[in-house]
Amino acid sequence: MIWESWQAFWAMGGYGLYVWGSFGMTLLCIAAEVGLLRRHRLQVWRRLKRMKSWDTQ
Amino acid sequence: MNLYHYASPSTFYPLAGKLIPWFAALAFILTVVGLYIGFFVAPTDFQQGEGYRIIFIHVPAAWMSMFIYVVMAFWSAIGLAWNTRLSFVMARALAPTGAMFTFVALWTGALWGKPMWGAWWVWDARLTSELILLFLYVGVMALQAAIDDPRRADRAGALLNLVGVINVPIIYFSVTWWNTLHQGSSVSLTRAPSMAQTMLWGMLIMALAAWMYTIAVALSRARTLVLERERQTEWVRAQLEGQP
Amino acid sequence: MLKFLFTVIRRDVLLAARRRGDWLTAQFFFVMVVSMFPLGIGPEPSMLRTIGPGVVWVAALLASLLSLDRLFADDYRDGTLEQMLMSPSPIALLTLGKAIAHWIINGIPLLLIAPLLGIQFNLPAEALWMLVLSLAIGTPILSLLGSIGAALTLGLRGGGALVTLLIMPLYVPALIFGAGAVEGVLSGTGSEAHLSLLGAFLMMSLLLAPWVSAMALKVSVE
Repeated sequence: MIWESWQAFWAMGGYGLYVWGSFGMTLLCIAAEVGLLRRHRLQVWRRLKRMKSWDTQ
Repeated sequence: MNLYHYASPSTFYPLAGKLIPWFAALAFILTVVGLYIGFFVAPTDFQQGEGYRIIFIHVPAAWMSMFIYVVMAFWSAIGLAWNTRLSFVMARALAPTGAMFTFVALWTGALWGKPMWGAWWVWDARLTSELILLFLYVGVMALQAAIDDPRRADRAGALLNLVGVINVPIIYFSVTWWNTLHQGSSVSLTRAPSMAQTMLWGMLIMALAAWMYTIAVALSRARTLVLERERQTEWVRAQLEGQP
Repeated sequence: MLKFLFTVIRRDVLLAARRRGDWLTAQFFFVMVVSMFPLGIGPEPSMLRTIGPGVVWVAALLASLLSLDRLFADDYRDGTLEQMLMSPSPIALLTLGKAIAHWIINGIPLLLIAPLLGIQFNLPAEALWMLVLSLAIGTPILSLLGSIGAALTLGLRGGGALVTLLIMPLYVPALIFGAGAVEGVLSGTGSEAHLSLLGAFLMMSLLLAPWVSAMALKVSVE
């Protein structure tokens, strides 16, 4: 373990804002991409299902 | 092994569905390992302190941003040459992820630059090229979004992608050239000559994780695109019976 | 072959000569954009001299983009383009001719106006010459690469803004080498290297761009 305490870990030797700002934004981007992808997929799925139900009626 | 067999949307769709969880799991495990090495094993850099840990995402993101553009161009070229629908779908599915990594590379570059160079943005050759790469991604995506007919959108995007990929080295060269001529104000980007072994490993593992993530996300996006485009076919109708 | 090329060029130039209003818009746009910069930055001569080459070059990019979306659009709307695509002559010659015509109509006037704008920015005579020379080599690149964008966005909603988005990043090398050549004269570091690189970029665009925009036209029209 190279960190003396959790506090030291979060402080990142004074670079906390920059390091966590970077990792946080990356996490945000990935979460947004995955979330949008899932939403789009469900939307398409529902739309196609609706179209199919019209056809069979 | 018949490649044409896998190039048909009806085989691709279930196959991709089976592969995605594996790639996603690999991406997750590699990220955890990479972050562990990055934060708990890799020593403090004697010049940059703890701030250097940003490179564990900055460098993989920058690599991926360039690599994805080239892979997109590869699929575009195949699509234009052999008229395979799935290649266009793959090229299209990669674009948003590539743009995302480009943005992440720029963002983390700025956050790294502030403590190291004293400025959020420096017109350094690499940062500038990365910015132009983002513009290229935006261009391809905007063009594809503006065209309603998917056939035309695919081809137009592929052509622009290929023109872009020919231009990227020229742009990089011109920007480096421009940067060396205006060296006066900017800061030189010489890092510590030898990187600790563990830092390198952390970076490589994170790059691999980014790679796996890209494959998983691109396959998933491609699946949705295929579903939308093949909605008239029997196999899509059969698929709709199951779960999304 | 050459006859076809000349016919295309001649036709476009004649059409533009008849519609002078359209044609003048881009030139006045160029003059106005350049004149806005001193107003925004301040009239300090040494500062203006430093930014002059870059400002004139960026304005040239914008002016050429402004006139681009009509490159194929008029012919497309009245059906002439489809006729042309069906003719036995190679389409790349058609796009090359269109790009050359665009340069004659929009590029050459820029060359003539640029020295006047350079004077506004306090550029010395030598730098003015270099500005004209670099624009003379550079503006054909803008027309050639621009023809790709015009072909790709043919008939789309908001085509004008879209062309700008697609093509502007591709103009970066031309901007750097072109403005750099003038800069080289001002700072005394020489501009031969810039000019040769600009020339090489022109050769490459000349070889590839007509061919790519021919493919783009086929994609857009079919």
